Amino acid sequence: MTRARSLDQPLALRLVSGAGLALWVLIAAFPLFWIAAMSFKLPLDAFSSSPLQVILGPATRQAAGGASPVAIAVAVLALVLAWWAARRLRHLTARLGWPAAAAVAVAATLLLVVVAAPLLVRGLEAALGAIPALRVLSEPVLGMTMRNYRGVWIDRAFYRQFLNSMFVTAGVVTVSLTVGTLAGYGLARTRTNLAFWLLIAALIFRAMPHSVLVAGYLPAFINSREILAPLWQNALTGPFLRLFSAEAPTLYGQPVAVIAVLVAINQPFTIWMLRSFFANIPAELDEAARVDGCSHFEAFRRVIIPVMWPGVITTGLFSFLLAYNDYLVTALLLDAQSLTMVPTISQFLNSENTATDQLVAIAAAVSITAPLFLLVLVFQRHIVGGLTQGAVKG
Amino acid sequence: MRTRTFLAFVTPSLLMMVVFIALPLISVSWQSVHTTQAVFRQVTVESCSPGFLRQVCKKEARAEPVVDEQGRPMTETSFVGWESYRQLLQPAAVMDALTQGWAGISHLLSLDFYRALRFTLTFTLLTLPFVVGIGLALALMVDNTVRSLRGAVIFFSLLPYIITPVIGALSIRWLFIGDGILTAALSAIFGHKIYMFAQGWTIELLMLFYRVWHVAPFAFVVFYAGLQTVDQDTLESAVVDGASRFERLRYVVLPHLAPLIVFVSLIHVMDAYRVFEEIIGFSSQAHRISLQWLTFHYLAPDESGNRAISRASASAMLTILGVALLLTPLLMRTWRDHRRGR
Repeated sequence: MTRARSLDQPLALRLVSGAGLALWVLIAAFPLFWIAAMSFKLPLDAFSSSPLQVILGPATRQAAGGASPVAIAVAVLALVLAWWAARRLRHLTARLGWPAAAAVAVAATLLLVVVAAPLLVRGLEAALGAIPALRVLSEPVLGMTMRNYRGVWIDRAFYRQFLNSMFVTAGVVTVSLTVGTLAGYGLARTRTNLAFWLLIAALIFRAMPHSVLVAGYLPAFINSREILAPLWQNALTGPFLRLFSAEAPTLYGQPVAVIAVLVAINQPFTIWMLRSFFANIPAELDEAARVDGCSHFEAFRRVIIPVMWPGVITTGLFSFLLAYNDYLVTALLLDAQSLTMVPTISQFLNSENTATDQLVAIAAAVSITAPLFLLVLVFQRHIVGGLTQGAVKG
Repeated sequence: MRTRTFLAFVTPSLLMMVVFIALPLISVSWQSVHTTQAVFRQVTVESCSPGFLRQVCKKEARAEPVVDEQGRPMTETSFVGWESYRQLLQPAAVMDALTQGWAGISHLLSLDFYRALRFTLTFTLLTLPFVVGIGLALALMVDNTVRSLRGAVIFFSLLPYIITPVIGALSIRWLFIGDGILTAALSAIFGHKIYMFAQGWTIELLMLFYRVWHVAPFAFVVFYAGLQTVDQDTLESAVVDGASRFERLRYVVLPHLAPLIVFVSLIHVMDAYRVFEEIIGFSSQAHRISLQWLTFHYLAPDESGNRAISRASASAMLTILGVALLLTPLLMRTWRDHRRGR
């Protein structure tokens, strides 16, 4: 697509718009870049009012060492490589399929970060250190320490919250997609009034503040042992339910209950989005299967499932974000043992009396953000597609 | 598809929404007119202490929780009507505000509910033009740049959108709190010490900034996708007709984007009305609170471990009232379109 010459822009306008974009990219990335830089420093550097000291960290370098120019060069190289590889992950998945491609990607990342890069840095530093003229290149210039991360992950046992988070998000994504795919397909293939009202109800539900819903759950969840007891004693449902637990459970503090809640909260959005994806798959496809003698479910399983993955991946990404980023529901419905990462951070903040505590909270924040950063790197196309899907298709 | 097959596909999802969204809404409305309290009974206890000649005895009436056979305190739920709503809304203070003018209004705005309402509404209305405006400007600017840069710009733009809201708010707070790097820079520019977290309005400013930073990328991506479908022939004929750059934007591009602008505004208003994470991230509860935070606050256990369920439910119901007001025009339009479509 080429534009007419007459639509070309004067230089001044192009410069202004370029400068505006540069400013925006700076504003968009700066807060995240800055907390990442702070998280690797000792308090003296991290809270310095001179920006250069925060970035270079001279005090940290003196006390705890840091990275040499060689190490920085290798890290930049690895980042560029990762960027390039992430952009080409699509070709890999096309050739190998999803599970194999993911396994290859994880293995390659581990190999690069844990084995190849450190070995390369050690080797180069040793080699350059032997040459007097180039020794500068192997001596630390950028102060860096992992002390804050050790404080979070080991001293405060943050891995427990990490595991809780992973359990909740994995549960939400799986259940949400299973239930939502069926409903989205059903909604895309019917033109009844019932379907219309269901979508309208979903729209209203989507606008409900989450605190309203939690206000409804909380008393029921705390007293669920008494409320659910009749179901467990009932002759009809009792034997089946007793397979899962001997008596009615207290739902408060149960990750499974939180998964159910988050799936429900996410359902309106999921079915709207999947419906518009399924509406784009030509109905002739499953009609042909029906003509060949398939039932609706068989047609869905044999014809629709193989072609629905792009839409499902996009919707899954947004379900992941909802579950991973949630504060309100998890903070109120989980207890101290089953708490996820995001609400835990606010507890770090309450004890943020010393500069070290504050840096521990910052390191935790960076740890929570890192997976999201990777997610954008790999799935940028899907995320953009998902954002525009609802808007453009209506 | 027959209705039965349709129902078979939809039932699991419908069941989830009924159990975890519709039923809680009903139970919230029930809770808001009832309170549950521990049952106390008055007991008279005589306590004696040794004294000269005779013991000193005191009779004392004490309230003691009643326990059931398993030793747990018994609770009793009673219908209280509009009591929880009255405690929240404080009709007397509203009357004062109406009659006493300025002093009454400032007293009204110091009450939790009205404080939250004031902040929620101004927050929603003030961020809206910035989100739409900055989103539009970014879309136009990215559309102007060379193709090879666009991917990278979109990547960096998505970061503020995708980040956990509490963490995003925190990352901006850490830039400004105490001697944060940007506070230090501001102090150097203005020549005197600046404290961003000492007064309400500066915190509010940061919260507005955070929200625009967080949502503008969404508006940008949607508008940018819309720009790709602008009819090039129309643009060229506008040039032939002698339309200036601004006129082309005003009469060709913006009308094309109008439905998307409405869409983004609707989503933004719905989400900004539920503002919550900013309060946590900036720890602004002493200065600024929102409606959703108010419900959260009543639900969280206080120092003695009690949760104000009834009051939380009342505040939740009032929040829903606002959602209903926001949604009505949208729903009426959808209904009209639906009727016309059949």
